[in-house]
Amino acid sequence: MYVTTAVIGAGHAGLAASHFLTAASVDHVVLERGEVANSWRHERWDSLRLLTPNWLSRLPGAAYEGPDPDGYADMGEVVDLLERSAKDVPVRTGVNVTSVRRSPEGYTLTTSEGPIRARTVVIASGACNRPVMPAFDVPARVEQVTPFDYRNPSRLPDGGVLVVGASATGVQLAAEIQRSGRPVVLSAGEHVRMPRVYRDRDVLWWMHHAGVWAQRYDELDDLTRARRLPSPQLVAGSTLDLNALTSMGVELVGRLSTIRDGAALFSGGLRNVAALADLKLNRLLDTFDEWAGTAPGERHEPTRVPASARWRLDLRSGEIGSIVWATGFRPDYSWLDVPVVDEKGALVHDGGVVGDGLYALGLPVLRRRGSTFICGIEDDARDVIGHLVQGLKSA
Amino acid sequence: MSNGVNVQALLDAREVLKGAPEAAQFTWRASSKWQHGVHSTTKIEKFFGLGQEQSHKNESVFEADHPAIFAAEDNGITPIEYLLVGLAGCLTAGVASVAQNRGIKLNSVEASVEGGHDIRGILGADPDVRNGFNDIKVVFTIDADASPADIEALVAQSQKRSAVFDALTNPTNVTVEVA
Ligand SMILES: Cc1cc2nc3c(=O)[nH]c(=O)nc-3n(C[C@H](O)[C@H](O)[C@H](O)COP(=O)(O)OP(=O)(O)OC[C@H]3O[C@@H](n4cnc5c(N)ncnc54)[C@H](O)[C@@H]3O)c2cc1C
Repeated sequence: MYVTTAVIGAGHAGLAASHFLTAASVDHVVLERGEVANSWRHERWDSLRLLTPNWLSRLPGAAYEGPDPDGYADMGEVVDLLERSAKDVPVRTGVNVTSVRRSPEGYTLTTSEGPIRARTVVIASGACNRPVMPAFDVPARVEQVTPFDYRNPSRLPDGGVLVVGASATGVQLAAEIQRSGRPVVLSAGEHVRMPRVYRDRDVLWWMHHAGVWAQRYDELDDLTRARRLPSPQLVAGSTLDLNALTSMGVELVGRLSTIRDGAALFSGGLRNVAALADLKLNRLLDTFDEWAGTAPGERHEPTRVPASARWRLDLRSGEIGSIVWATGFRPDYSWLDVPVVDEKGALVHDGGVVGDGLYALGLPVLRRRGSTFICGIEDDARDVIGHLVQGLKSA
Repeated sequence: MSNGVNVQALLDAREVLKGAPEAAQFTWRASSKWQHGVHSTTKIEKFFGLGQEQSHKNESVFEADHPAIFAAEDNGITPIEYLLVGLAGCLTAGVASVAQNRGIKLNSVEASVEGGHDIRGILGADPDVRNGFNDIKVVFTIDADASPADIEALVAQSQKRSAVFDALTNPTNVTVEVA
């Protein structure tokens, strides 16, 4: 089989790419190892709802049309949105791409359904293919769970739960596990604090309208840093910062440094990561006020850090039954046999342009701060596919 | 505007070392000699970095001892107090560098550092008490041409990039051998 463009992955990024390829009359195929919206169907926990409100869930060819634009979609609704957006997309599901290599005409893809030749390739295989799990020597009696294994608290063993990581995933899981009656110790490194609502509007309304998410990758002071920024402490419907968790009874500890002789050792720098997050939050709210041209709105109580947070937790005492690793996700490029991945496993690209007809979509701050969010894909896909189409014309 | 920190040199070094991790490997060295009682003298002059042997302009000499209430001669500060010297020096250097980088003029920077220490640990009087500090508190008093929030951000960023803050707040593998 030969196509001008092979798109790998039928998440919202691959589907958006297809819309712009179709608009430019480029013959293409979207290859998906599972089903459309595979990650949302199989790699998320039961209670998850989007942290982005429905009105922001706009994809090329589909937008939220339900009765609750200010609500937050559950996984069924997200799958539904992606399926609607996939209606006219040439997706081939159940096709696993196991290798992509250079060829004289472009690229040769090896797939579970046979080889495919393509002039150009769009990598839309996702930024979150594998949970990141630090390699520590955890005592065998403590069960270890990643966000991909986790479905709901009832599947965790009894006893306390150490949740490592305080970004969106970590705070959400910490809250629901604590509510289930299992005492949670939450290990927090650097994090991004956000209130759900600022001046009566969803904080993401502000991010969107004040232009924060539209900031371009080539105009940021420190792109490397921006691309490594953890996800914000947000959950559907309410504020879930460290203060909210403390009020629920969650115990805060510092960043997990190591596990030594069966004990987890946490950094003594919790106060500073909280101070950094508080300062950054206030600067963000200042930007909103500046954009709105109004006097400052409400400011938040500084993060309450325990007077002396525990820095040692014995994992052999029975206090902790399981560890939930909410330590982030990484992409998987094990199938990519083109030397475009750096020593840290990141794809080397300039705004989604890898070079030689190879492109990427859906990576952190690919072209804009909002690149990984559903609402950020349309502008990115337009630009990236625009570049691809231009390349085809000039070749 | 200058606080006397050559920030450009630091930023240049950051760019160069990004692509040369070997050159970024430094070894700091100290050598000490027992004098008498609990008094020892530690000298520091040479170190390794940027791929070769380096030297301070001058050798520095540090006396460590214990105060008279420990029935010692007090020829110098106690070893654990040197950690406070390191922390104060590191955080203050950080404040100055970050301020320089952010274009903030510093008029004065003072820090008081306190380490709470239950000495029953080192005396072996209570096996449940640790040997080291229980907690450390640093209070900065900074006069600068900047808002209170900007000054707090300087102090926060300086902790984030501090070698000694990291060394004190996180565990480090330490190997002690007999030659
Ligand atoms: C827990 C979690 C919560 C999130 N919540 C939100 C939110 O609330 N709002 C928001 O806007 N964003 C959210 N995101 C971010 C982002 O929207 C999702 O990560 C989204 O899934 C990314 O879409 P994508 O198309 O880039 O990748 P994916 O949805 O991961 O799609 C990639 C597709 O490629 C397929 N694939 C991968 N490799 C191959 C291969 N070799 N061969 C064939 N097929 C392959 C996969 O099966 C998958 O279907 C969240 C992310 C996570 C992890």
